[in-house]
Amino acid sequence: MAECHPVGFQWVMEAKNRGAKVIHVDPRFTRTSALSHEHVALRAGSDIAFLGGLINYVLSNGKEFRDYIVAYTNAGAILREDFADTEDLDGLFSGFDPETGRYDVTTWAYEGADPAPAAGNRELWVHPDEEHGGEHHGCSARAESYGSGGANVHAKPSIDATLEHPRCVFQVLKRHYARYTPEVVADICGVSTRQFLDVAEAITANSGRRRTTAWVYSVGWTHHTVGVQYIRAASILQLLLGNIGRPGGGILALRGHASIQGSTDIPTLFNILPGYIPMPQAHQHLDLDTFVGLDAGSTGFWGNMRSYTVSLLKAWWGEHATEENDFRFSHLPRLTGDHGTYQTVYNQLAGKCKGYFLVGENPAVGSANGKLQRLGMANLDWLVVRDMRLIESATFWQDGPEIATGELASEEIGTEVFFLPAASHVEKDGSFTNTQRLLQWHHKAVEPPGDARSDLWFYYHLGRIILRKVRESTDPRDLPLRELTWSYPTHGPTDEPDAESVLAEINGSGPEGPLPSYTKLADDGSTSSGCWIYCGVYADGVNHAANRVPGSKQDWVAPRWAWAWPSNRRILYNRASADPEGRPWSERKRYVWWDAEKGRWVSPDVPDFEATKPPDYEPPEGAKAQDALSGTDPFIMQTDGKGWLFAPAGLTDGPLPTHYEPHESPVDNPLYGQQASPGRQTFGGEHNRYNPVGSDVYPYAFTTYRLTEHHTAGGMSRELPYLSELQPEFFCEVSPELAEETGLEHGGWATIISARTAIEARVLVTERMKPLRVRGKTIHQVGLPYHWGPNGLSTGDSANDLLSVVLDPNVHIQEAKAATCDIRPGRRPRGSALPELVREYQRRAGIEGSEA
Amino acid sequence: MSDSGYADTQPRMGFFTDTSVCIGCKACEVACKEWNLVPASGSSGDGGMDLLGLSYDNTGDLGANSWRHVAFIEQQVPASRVDNLGMPTIGAPEQEDEAGVRWLMSSDVCKHCTHAACLDVCPTGALFRTEFDTVVVQPDICNGCGYCVPACPYGVIEKREDDGRAFKCTLCYDRIGDGLEPACAKACPTDSIQYGELDVLRQRAEQRKQELHADGVTEARLYGENPDDGVGGTGAFFLLLDEPEVYGLPPDPVVTTRDLPGMWRRAGAAALGVAAAVVASFVGARR
Repeated sequence: MAECHPVGFQWVMEAKNRGAKVIHVDPRFTRTSALSHEHVALRAGSDIAFLGGLINYVLSNGKEFRDYIVAYTNAGAILREDFADTEDLDGLFSGFDPETGRYDVTTWAYEGADPAPAAGNRELWVHPDEEHGGEHHGCSARAESYGSGGANVHAKPSIDATLEHPRCVFQVLKRHYARYTPEVVADICGVSTRQFLDVAEAITANSGRRRTTAWVYSVGWTHHTVGVQYIRAASILQLLLGNIGRPGGGILALRGHASIQGSTDIPTLFNILPGYIPMPQAHQHLDLDTFVGLDAGSTGFWGNMRSYTVSLLKAWWGEHATEENDFRFSHLPRLTGDHGTYQTVYNQLAGKCKGYFLVGENPAVGSANGKLQRLGMANLDWLVVRDMRLIESATFWQDGPEIATGELASEEIGTEVFFLPAASHVEKDGSFTNTQRLLQWHHKAVEPPGDARSDLWFYYHLGRIILRKVRESTDPRDLPLRELTWSYPTHGPTDEPDAESVLAEINGSGPEGPLPSYTKLADDGSTSSGCWIYCGVYADGVNHAANRVPGSKQDWVAPRWAWAWPSNRRILYNRASADPEGRPWSERKRYVWWDAEKGRWVSPDVPDFEATKPPDYEPPEGAKAQDALSGTDPFIMQTDGKGWLFAPAGLTDGPLPTHYEPHESPVDNPLYGQQASPGRQTFGGEHNRYNPVGSDVYPYAFTTYRLTEHHTAGGMSRELPYLSELQPEFFCEVSPELAEETGLEHGGWATIISARTAIEARVLVTERMKPLRVRGKTIHQVGLPYHWGPNGLSTGDSANDLLSVVLDPNVHIQEAKAATCDIRPGRRPRGSALPELVREYQRRAGIEGSEA
Repeated sequence: MSDSGYADTQPRMGFFTDTSVCIGCKACEVACKEWNLVPASGSSGDGGMDLLGLSYDNTGDLGANSWRHVAFIEQQVPASRVDNLGMPTIGAPEQEDEAGVRWLMSSDVCKHCTHAACLDVCPTGALFRTEFDTVVVQPDICNGCGYCVPACPYGVIEKREDDGRAFKCTLCYDRIGDGLEPACAKACPTDSIQYGELDVLRQRAEQRKQELHADGVTEARLYGENPDDGVGGTGAFFLLLDEPEVYGLPPDPVVTTRDLPGMWRRAGAAALGVAAAVVASFVGARR
């Protein structure tokens, strides 16, 4: 966190100053480790074993917050008799189909629950899509749509409040993690049992009624084939310890860069609409009723999905969206398969994807397997790059690594590249949404230079020109464009659209003007809102994202600094900070409580609960949406109102996190016969071969990461002298032991080789890298910061070129944090000798010609 | 009158750099260069774009083009010491071997000495003491003689190769006069660099040292806070977690002009003696 989020780390330092114990769990010894009380160096890719060990420690020592989990989680829910755990099936859950590599999740449901109608329809979501050659992994569980709530379970489970029933979640959990002992953790992670127990004791001693513990993670947890399950494992631990919905608790995601939270809320993802409304599927979501019927949880706040969707349609198609025409639901595009980044690259290679927009993204450096990215872009008709600088993704056709090796020739690349200079954040108005869901407005400080323009300017005027072109069209396919609301005031010499008017549209309005909250959204077309969870940011026509009352001039929750979605709520699910009767769990952690006299919930924050629903409220038979949740159901976006220790729906790769080895691992999986995640998404092709498990040819583990001094793929830092001089070139980090074993010299050069390519880096030999003892072997790890490419002042090979494309099946995210390689002294070969070296390694590993 | 020569009209201002909370982000280096328009290293052909191999430090030292410099020191620490320091441990091959690693970071800067030798030797008056008791070079007066360079006991001030004149930290003279804090202190996310009245900073630093000692970090010590040291105390002082030499700081700096008055006295006495002898010889010759 100190390494990549130094500004946010000031609060960790402040907490430390007030007595907080800071523990850093990371394969690397970073600037964060340097300032922590304890650094736990574990093997890259072994975190579920570590977290599972902590869960086992909690459960086997009775350290769980019993009152919390009985009341607020699904610990007591009874599972179906035909559910089988990984303990029963040697690493698989029930329902796995080895033919398709996918799970049928029916048996994961609660007993007696209508076995998830969503599951019954799942095959519809997996529509054969020959046109786009789509892989369909992950379509069935639709995990990506749950950014603001859980999957449907369509029924409240039967509960054993004693948690003794052998098929209740609590007992299943206990059995599932029983083998994750401190010794097993040591064996898999390379962490000493003493250090593991130190951490276990520290976090359990610091959790309960009077204390809370927070977990902070970043892409070190998400960039794995089991990335979603990493976060699930942390969720289970935090729920067991009662650390969710309470001050000082939580699982805090540090984002990859500014406003990544915002770009999932108002998504740049292919499979969700604003506010985590799922993107409709072709052949299935024929009309609004089917769409809402299938996807809206009938209970919990997702029960209002029709209001959110209709308001979105009204924001986009205004007066044209009416009750009679289904609010123009038919205008929405439909999904026909996986259109994630990596599938799109394969579609480019197959000639099915002809045009590509890159907006503030540099996949030639920043994405896994850079060669695939560049070969894909070389096979387009046109490519639009909007960036501040001529990044590698804009110049790959003239100076990319494949030009040097002869694999590509500039004159043979047909891609027409349009480079459009972009304004930076200080050159435009707009908002950032941070990890706390806080929208913070920034005002333009200077005019952008030359032809540089804001993204808002670009899209507004592009849309305006397209609309002009189709104005007279009678083609029905142009109707969604012709009816689009596309009117924003512009100002200044460049006709810059007014960013606040876009914020006002996102907030939404009703008959009385700007709406104050998403609870006011209606499903009858009387309200509009571009993103329901942002509704209220422009309440009373005031831009609350621009609120800047200093912390010293307001109370400690600081509600008047910027605006948090939803409804300016600073801690989500904060009903859980009070006990079932509505009293704070302790005075020390007092946050939300029930005031019986006033008949309402009181808090310095906005209670995440209906303000006047009493703790003893029991839903009447047949109640819908939030009315179906009781006064003790804090997780109001879940259909059952409970925190899920066990996920009966919503995930493709298992209801409980399980330790699987990374796709490329130096060791076997000691826990199960199943080596790697059974649902992981693999790809083929001669440029995406995989290193075999435990290979002598690629014997070392490596992990990729960032440095404070550079920004992601370098587009915003490698051109700047003041940043470039601080880390002037690409380097790798190795332990003295590995340097001795391989003959590497400090300050010299190393060549690092995987089945994809070979790259070179300067060598830093450092005691901060330590060999680990794993499965009886000494495992060396190579550290590779990934910022570099050939352009700019600070240059070097791209570490991500070493990576393969192998993905988490839920969210299609690459495994960038754990893979294998070889390393040897000296610079890499030039020209065609480079691919020859890679092939020689492939031959020795026996994977040449393998198409994965 | 203060020891440095200014009447007490304006409190002495300075830096307290608490290295125990430095996260090595180098925001101070960048903010300093941005505000003061200091050239990037390498822009004047001094090879500043090299990977130095000094841990994460690619700045190397303070100089004409580096007015702030963050040092990174990697140390192996025995287990017992690790526990005492409340510092992190790291897993090792046998996993029960508890040898730890410590990574010290410290942002160095001009010390703005009470007795500043650079100022003493400057023949043009380009170096002067400001009303804040800081020491600043005026580039429009500096003639590039370079006397100040060997005079500095810390090796801070340096001539810019392609320019010829001497440059160093001004403690953002053009900011503090307007009530702003210096750029580096403003940018520092963890308040490792604190700017303020020197007396207040010294009290705060003493308190911080006591707190760290109470927490078992017994190695914490202050550097440059003592008005009785060889430079009369520094306007920019530090809390360190190891010996000063570890950070590249002189353990017992002495103002290089300390002995000048005595030397002048002796030289004067010698000159008088010579003169007397000469006079005497003439007197004797006439006899």
